[in-house]
Amino acid sequence: MIMAQTLYDKIWQAHDVGQRIDGNSLLYIDLQLLHEVTSPQAFEGLQLANRPLWRVDANLATPDHNVPTDGRELGLSGIKDEVALTQVLTLDDNCKKFGVEQFDIQDVRQGIVHVVGPEQGATLPGMTIVCGDSHTSTHGAFAALAQGVGTSEVEHVMATQCLVQNKAKNFAVEVSGTLAAHVTAKDLVLAIIGRLGTAGATGHTIEYRGQAIRDLSMEGRMTLCNMSIEAGARAGLVAVDDTTIDYVKGRPFAPKAEVWDQAVAYWRTLVSDDEAVFDSVLHIDAAGIAPQVSWGTSPEMVCGIDGSVPDPAAMVDPIQAESAGHALKYMDLQPGQKITDIKVDRVFIGSCTNARIEDLRAAAAAIQGGRKADSVKEALVVPGSGLVKAQAEKEGLADIFIQAGFLWRAAGCSMCLGMNPDQLGDGEHCASTSNRNFEGRQGYGGRTHLVSPAMAAAAAVAGHFVDVREIN
Amino acid sequence: MDAFTQLEAMTAPLDRANVDTDQIIPKQYLKSIKRIGFGDYLFDAWRFLDQGTMGMTPNERQINHEFVLNLPQYQGAGILLTRDNFGCGSSREHAVWALKEFGFRAVIAPSFADIFFGNCFKNGVLPIVLEAKIVEELIAKSNGDFTLRIDLESQTVTDGERVYDFEIDSALKQKMLNGMDDIAMTLEEVELIETFEAKHKTSQPWLFRG
Ligand code: SF4
Repeated sequence: MIMAQTLYDKIWQAHDVGQRIDGNSLLYIDLQLLHEVTSPQAFEGLQLANRPLWRVDANLATPDHNVPTDGRELGLSGIKDEVALTQVLTLDDNCKKFGVEQFDIQDVRQGIVHVVGPEQGATLPGMTIVCGDSHTSTHGAFAALAQGVGTSEVEHVMATQCLVQNKAKNFAVEVSGTLAAHVTAKDLVLAIIGRLGTAGATGHTIEYRGQAIRDLSMEGRMTLCNMSIEAGARAGLVAVDDTTIDYVKGRPFAPKAEVWDQAVAYWRTLVSDDEAVFDSVLHIDAAGIAPQVSWGTSPEMVCGIDGSVPDPAAMVDPIQAESAGHALKYMDLQPGQKITDIKVDRVFIGSCTNARIEDLRAAAAAIQGGRKADSVKEALVVPGSGLVKAQAEKEGLADIFIQAGFLWRAAGCSMCLGMNPDQLGDGEHCASTSNRNFEGRQGYGGRTHLVSPAMAAAAAVAGHFVDVREIN
Repeated sequence: MDAFTQLEAMTAPLDRANVDTDQIIPKQYLKSIKRIGFGDYLFDAWRFLDQGTMGMTPNERQINHEFVLNLPQYQGAGILLTRDNFGCGSSREHAVWALKEFGFRAVIAPSFADIFFGNCFKNGVLPIVLEAKIVEELIAKSNGDFTLRIDLESQTVTDGERVYDFEIDSALKQKMLNGMDDIAMTLEEVELIETFEAKHKTSQPWLFRG
């Protein structure tokens, strides 16, 4: 009898090359995504050791982390920071030298790797995917085993097409019920991380299951899987269904004709067996989730918009109390302060978590004909790719943002990590649709609050956090 | 890769949980195409009061004299003691490069984040998991002339009086002890990989564009 398998077990098995001499498993990798920040040292290592790239067609590159989001029409000369320019040029050179397909800075398909891969159909169900970026977990929305790796592993995959890895454990996050109106995948994943903690799924691959997950669009599923790493998980997964297949169909890199049918037949098997056993399970009811806002310096420090900043003195665990105390000091918030009383200095709508077309539609709708509050210094909208940007312009979303006093920019990571000129100022509070509220992440001394696109846009108009369920 | 067999060094306590890689090495220092040059920016926002840029030396900076690694008694520490989930967040291997260049060859904590943990083993930095209670005791003892001796072969940490055993995956242990290169090891299995690849191409041809 064949043991019942989880989705993760199946993908693992389909890529398990065997054991290396030291007993570790070799996992075959189907796709490696490359960007300018974590690939140069890997390409250099490869050349120093005089090794070829194992499989050129399994690599796809685009610059995203440090590209400026304005002056894009200037191309490379729009990059004022010399070191950033060096990184982008190095990626260009390496791609040419090794024959890797790249969407360069002036290509309309350029964008954040995790937006670009799915958009092009380069991300396919059942694949194993790596990228030197922890949010590679995004691609798990397609039932692809997608993991972030360090630069040495990037080089290892370049040279061998394999990752040396031991299998992770299986974690099921079961989400029953239906999300309330205006409550999104972002709110759901923040609520899950709030429950699990930032290390709650360490050593595990999470599979998101249940009705609320089936109801999500592919874009929502990407948002969800994107933040799996914030719960410590190696990867996040959602099983294949019609939503997955409909999304992939017709994309430039997707299989065509009879190969398509063959692929679909296989993809349909990418679901956990009914009898499959998970090492850990978390049950959560979607109906009880309010729009979320993070108040601290770790994604687990989060609460509903109707809540207030917690009191470290009331926390039982001394380490948790100390972390919360540190966080409140850094964030300059008071215990008991209502979330809706937190004023916002800047707003950032973008990142691989929330910069796809649906995110921009939700943000534009939440503006409700209003304008950016005068007290808000800047509201930045950065589409996830050049194609998302073009689509948003076609739909009139860009006009809505611009008329409301928001800044409309070109694609890239931007203020998600502030490697380019888009940064938070010291002490500024930001309503951000990104994924990390770590100290200084968006700029030195900056204070990040993680929210959904609609919540960010509504905060830009009100000047402080507001409940999107009430303004509609 | 540098081998790791034994280490006797002073400890420095970083008494925080969930220290993320954005803290270990902030993003403004990722603008490099090299693997070296990151040690001066380790824990940058905590070690310094001003905002630095790549290329600045510590002499040009405003030192935060209250931060633990700047206290005179911890100068020259080679083992970092810290709390749960160390190295969470971004996958940047620069975090390990910075720790190593600064002088830390081992980090002891009750738990580590996955990617960071793996990155340590690529660079000869040993992450050691000890029970939270023991880490607590060691942190309390770290007064500036507290040294620990780590012996990877016997999987022990000792302060001269007590001996603490730690667990480690045997394959990772061998790799560290011998300073083996992962890529060279994997390439010894070329045939295995090629056989797998051929089979994979037959069963899922759509994965091969070339
Ligand atoms: S948008 Fe942010 S999280 Fe996503 S890849 Fe870019 S820097 Fe990383």
